[in-house]
Amino acid sequence: MIEVRNLVKRFAEVTALNNVSLQVDDGELFGLIGPDGAGKTTLFRVISSLLLFDEGHVEVAGKNPVSDYAAIRQMIGYMPGKFSLYQDLSILENLRFFTAIFKTTLEENYDLIKDIYVQIEPFKHRPAGKLSGGMKQKLALCCALVHKPRLLLLDEPTTGVDAVSRIEFWEILKRLKQQGITIMVSTPYMDEASLCERIALIQQGQIMGVDSPEGIIKTFSKPLFAVKADDFYSLITDLRDWNEALSAFSFGEYVHLTMRSESSTAMQVESYLFSRNHSSVSVKAISANVEDSFMYLMLKKEESQ
Amino acid sequence: MKAFIKKEVYHIFRDYRSMLILFGMPVVQVLIFGFAITNEIKDARLAVLDHSHDEMSQRLISKIASSGYFLIDRRLESANQIEQVFREGKVKQVLVIPSSFGHDFTSQHQTSVQIIGDASDPNTANLLKNYTAAILQSFQMEELGKLAFPIEVKVEPLMFYNPELSSVYLFVPGTIAVILMLVSAMMTSISIAREKEMGTMEVLLVSPLKPFQIIVGKVVPYVVLSFVNALMILALGAWVFEVPILGNLAFLLAEVLLFIIMSLSLGIFISTVSPTQQVAMLLSMFVLMLPTILLSGFVFPIENMPVVLQWFSHLMPSKWFIIIVRDVMLRGSGIAYLWKETLIIVCMTVFFVFLSIRNFNIRLA
Repeated sequence: MIEVRNLVKRFAEVTALNNVSLQVDDGELFGLIGPDGAGKTTLFRVISSLLLFDEGHVEVAGKNPVSDYAAIRQMIGYMPGKFSLYQDLSILENLRFFTAIFKTTLEENYDLIKDIYVQIEPFKHRPAGKLSGGMKQKLALCCALVHKPRLLLLDEPTTGVDAVSRIEFWEILKRLKQQGITIMVSTPYMDEASLCERIALIQQGQIMGVDSPEGIIKTFSKPLFAVKADDFYSLITDLRDWNEALSAFSFGEYVHLTMRSESSTAMQVESYLFSRNHSSVSVKAISANVEDSFMYLMLKKEESQ
Repeated sequence: MKAFIKKEVYHIFRDYRSMLILFGMPVVQVLIFGFAITNEIKDARLAVLDHSHDEMSQRLISKIASSGYFLIDRRLESANQIEQVFREGKVKQVLVIPSSFGHDFTSQHQTSVQIIGDASDPNTANLLKNYTAAILQSFQMEELGKLAFPIEVKVEPLMFYNPELSSVYLFVPGTIAVILMLVSAMMTSISIAREKEMGTMEVLLVSPLKPFQIIVGKVVPYVVLSFVNALMILALGAWVFEVPILGNLAFLLAEVLLFIIMSLSLGIFISTVSPTQQVAMLLSMFVLMLPTILLSGFVFPIENMPVVLQWFSHLMPSKWFIIIVRDVMLRGSGIAYLWKETLIIVCMTVFFVFLSIRNFNIRLA
């Protein structure tokens, strides 16, 4: 569905996308994972034909977003990261407006949005500006869906949305995928990555890896420990000073510690921390999650540069 | 397209500030320009220093007092007080009558009075001087008539098209131009810039809507509203200030419509170069409003401007529009006399439409 090869997009001083290549298959739920400013929005805008690019090759359903932008705009549903509906229009008025500009009716594709719409229907006469974050996103998704797009581009749909609504939102995406819609979604939340079929990790305009979440985790080849102690702050600085340690990141109440040597053990870590006078030390070997892999890939990239 | 227009109407009618600008401004402006900023002076305060105290001087003073232009504020006792009354600020003019006024007038048929004006406001001082001179002349005629003076040449000025020199006649065309500029150009440019600012332009762009559909959808409600506004101003002018419409009303309205379309295309052009509502607003203010008010001949006569500013005034669409409206309303002129001005506005419209289409970006940035 989407084919991006060696894409380069420069703004005046920064290179927002640097040699990006990825491929999204038909009917796939594809996640673009990366921190703020990584280039996610720029990539979405290039794919949706809203931005021109400097180098590379982009194809959406076989169409070129530069020359054939009209065909692409007809077939995609795009939900920008910033809430982009009319705040002074009610839910129903927004929906009717977007159905009208796509020359369809609410009734025609009601099946597609029914699941989502029933959740916001009680408020259908309320101005969009007065909705909660979660409801706004559901409405925006409805508006992006009303014309039954083949490709859905969602730029950070769950940012600023409460935990319950986020879970609901991903449930909705799964159901849409079952209807055969290809979905590309970006998020800065690593925990959402495992909900996608395949993900691309993006950092500073560069793709660090494209694979299934499990595949990404497999690239993580080093021993990983979750470490806890009374004095959290000196724990993390001590671990970072340790030359056996590759990296130490805080992760909730734990520090996730990656070791340089494949043969490192929990015992080794414990004895190091006792030598630094830490109390109530707990060290557990754990398996990596997507965020650990992201940090690891980022580190490897920095080292190789 | 219908949905777009409907949406735009919702925007306008739900925003009480734009409603206020749309319907409050025209009324307020016409009333302000009509009542407050007039060039006519009524009841100016006059002080009299009468040295002669004779019957003739009394008759002169009562004639001045009954003219409607002056109120006799006080009578002065000596020339020393003149400066003082001016400093107090209320008295605008002092009339000094010499001691032998009546005697000289009857015996020598020649006498003089002195008019001292407060020229810190030169326009007022000048106008008052002219009023007084006119009153004096008619006074002289009356008095001499009693004495059966043999020959007299009487000047009877007749002012064509605006016999009472009423300045509200000038302000109605000017106000129409300003209001239409404000509503059409400023409101559309702001409303398009708002779409950019709120991010909704991004969604509109990825939709299959074509640029001209977006623009026409934006513009149609404002065409209607501006036209209603123009009608309101004309009605206010006709009923409140009794400004005549001598020309063909249909022709006048057609010209108004043309000017509305011109302003809208200008507004669209402004919106294509401004990324935010604030920029659009400032641009409209400084590029449209101020020149429209100052350089179009609305407030200051173009003939009195330095040559460079006169050139600039030719670039003001409102200048030509004001000429058209003035001529149609007050002279009853038709297209035969005004085709040149009309053509200029048509050319400007085409120019701005072309620029807007060329500048309208089908992509972001």
